[in-house]
Amino acid sequence: MAVKTATGAPAALPTGVIAQPAKKGFWAWLNKRLPVDEFITTQMTGYLAPKNFNIWYFFGSLALAVLALQLLSGIYLTMFYKVGEATSFDSVEYIMREVNYGWLIRYLHSTGASAFFIVVYLHMYRALLYGSYRAPRELLWLIGMLVYLALMAEAFMGYVLPWGNMSFWGAQVIVNLFGTIPGIGPGLVEWIRGDYGIADATLNRFFALHVALIPLALLLLVVLHLTALHEVGSNNPDGIEIHKKVGPDGKPLDGIPFHPYYTVKDIFGVGVFSVLFAIVVFFVPTLGGLFLESPNFEPANPLSTPEHIAPVWYFTPYYAILRAVPDQRLGALLMLLAVSAFLFLPWLDRSPVKSIRYKGWMSRTALTLFTVAFIALGYLGLQPAEGLYVVLARIFAVIYFLFFLLMPFYTKLESVKPVPERVIYHAH
Amino acid sequence: MRTDADPSARRCAARGAARLRRLPLAAALLAGVLVHGMAGAAEDAAAPGEVAKYGADWQSWHANTNVTDMPSVQRGARNFVSFCLGCHSLKYARWSRVGTDLSIPTDLLQKDLLPPGDKTTDYILTTMPAKDAETWFGKTPPDLTLMLRARGRDYVYQYLKTFYVDPTRQTGANNLRLPATAMPHVLSELEGLKKAVYRDEMNKGEGGKSTHEQVFDHFETLAPGRLSETEYDGFVRDTVNFLDYVSEPTQAARRALGVWVVLFLLVFTWLAWLVKREYWKDVH
Repeated sequence: MAVKTATGAPAALPTGVIAQPAKKGFWAWLNKRLPVDEFITTQMTGYLAPKNFNIWYFFGSLALAVLALQLLSGIYLTMFYKVGEATSFDSVEYIMREVNYGWLIRYLHSTGASAFFIVVYLHMYRALLYGSYRAPRELLWLIGMLVYLALMAEAFMGYVLPWGNMSFWGAQVIVNLFGTIPGIGPGLVEWIRGDYGIADATLNRFFALHVALIPLALLLLVVLHLTALHEVGSNNPDGIEIHKKVGPDGKPLDGIPFHPYYTVKDIFGVGVFSVLFAIVVFFVPTLGGLFLESPNFEPANPLSTPEHIAPVWYFTPYYAILRAVPDQRLGALLMLLAVSAFLFLPWLDRSPVKSIRYKGWMSRTALTLFTVAFIALGYLGLQPAEGLYVVLARIFAVIYFLFFLLMPFYTKLESVKPVPERVIYHAH
Repeated sequence: MRTDADPSARRCAARGAARLRRLPLAAALLAGVLVHGMAGAAEDAAAPGEVAKYGADWQSWHANTNVTDMPSVQRGARNFVSFCLGCHSLKYARWSRVGTDLSIPTDLLQKDLLPPGDKTTDYILTTMPAKDAETWFGKTPPDLTLMLRARGRDYVYQYLKTFYVDPTRQTGANNLRLPATAMPHVLSELEGLKKAVYRDEMNKGEGGKSTHEQVFDHFETLAPGRLSETEYDGFVRDTVNFLDYVSEPTQAARRALGVWVVLFLLVFTWLAWLVKREYWKDVH
């Protein structure tokens, strides 16, 4: 659309594309039809991020990298995997033995599942450290939590697909949790399973959900997460809004373009991560039973229960809470609360400052205790539920919940340190 | 399970090893001699009856096999075909693949290993009908392809070494690793027969009542087999090593490729770091 001005020169169009130096050929043709340049300008080169990101800020881009890895390796696996009670286990072994580099793709995918949770947990922990869930980022945090929940569903259903014995019994335990819901519970469990027990119907529907519905939901949620992030801007280790200190040009003084500064930095981060990841994939793919559990090398067998059923490590903090409660219904409820407690963080934290750097000793102690409790619960969830283990799980579960329940009080009561005007950054 | 004199000897050795690392080379030699003497003294000090009898420490036995030790894996394949294949399959493994991976020439594979009538491209299957097996043993002998991954090397090693004569069992044999195992001691011809000797152990039960318990103490040879104790140990290790290979045939290739991948990634990461540092020079 050519709008002529009085002088005959084309007037600036409202989009940023025209502001760019005129381009010719295919690129110009493309940009008239698809706002590629505009996207890059607004989301990459024009997106200003605080310059003081530290090591905790690698995990967002790493999560994106792992998501890409899981999608690609997963698609490759579906080309050989044959879903079904009679074929699933055999086809996984077929991939491991007879598909060229099938073992590599499978290990990439199985290690990727654990790596996904490692980076997501660290990504979430970053938010706890620097108050990244606080206004105006509440919705960003909530969408992120939905990503986390979708990831849990994705990982759980994916774990059932090899149809090993732990797949079977893990599914048995988790699906039965829905049976504790009063009234509709038993019917709901039957509806989820599609049978009176974990069976072929369950396996097939989990496959459908694992490869189609949940990945689609994950992608959509990640797009929303990034859109919300770019709307409100990134937080930083000092918990200061960089948009409040702008230079004469109206741009934040402490902001730098995401591209190229953070793209090159994140590529370096992906490099470091890949080295560690490759060490696991090539040298310790089962990680001593943590990433791939030994009972899963036996086919699913409804008549043979594994010695003790433990989920993969990323679910064990919640599993420990579930087992710490003598009443199953209450245990399941507390487990649900433990996962969803994170949703309320934006409104539980009443501190006048965002970052742990400027919070008082109470917040620091609370976060330290919570960290210890989360890791301890993760360990206890892998152990048999007996004796001292249960006692410890109860103690740490109480600490876990107190971190959230008392947050409105200790964040309000404590005295905080003065927050600097500008972010703290030491050039290297 | 008590290990008697063992721990003290191990402690000495560990202490000696730590000292070896710290001292200069000349002193190291001296320490080595000293440690040797101490370990020897510890062995001598234990009363003759207290020295670990055969089998007393079976739970701490390690297979210590190495899947890249090709002659061992080859011997293990031979052992498997001779003694295991009668009942157990390796249904995810093909003969040809084993031949290729273990550098067994095709004619040798066909002549010595393949059951008559099987093609090299066939999967390694037992000829025993599953239905008969169930009648004879009460259960079908499990497929062994993934047994090593499911249970671990040490488990299978300990299993094959802790069979003992038990007249109360239908098969005449029992096992420490897997009590009441359905499997007869098919290797008794090689290992010989041994019986389990128990000792009485008093336990302070609840309410001050003491209970007596029969605890396994050691094995006693009843009849020697065709192989000596050392030879049988080697036989079992080779077999475990082959089963280790079969449980994940790509593992050697995996580690070999891993070295190059990690090296490449290290170089990539280093270059990425240089690029990052260059770009960030203008951030103040």
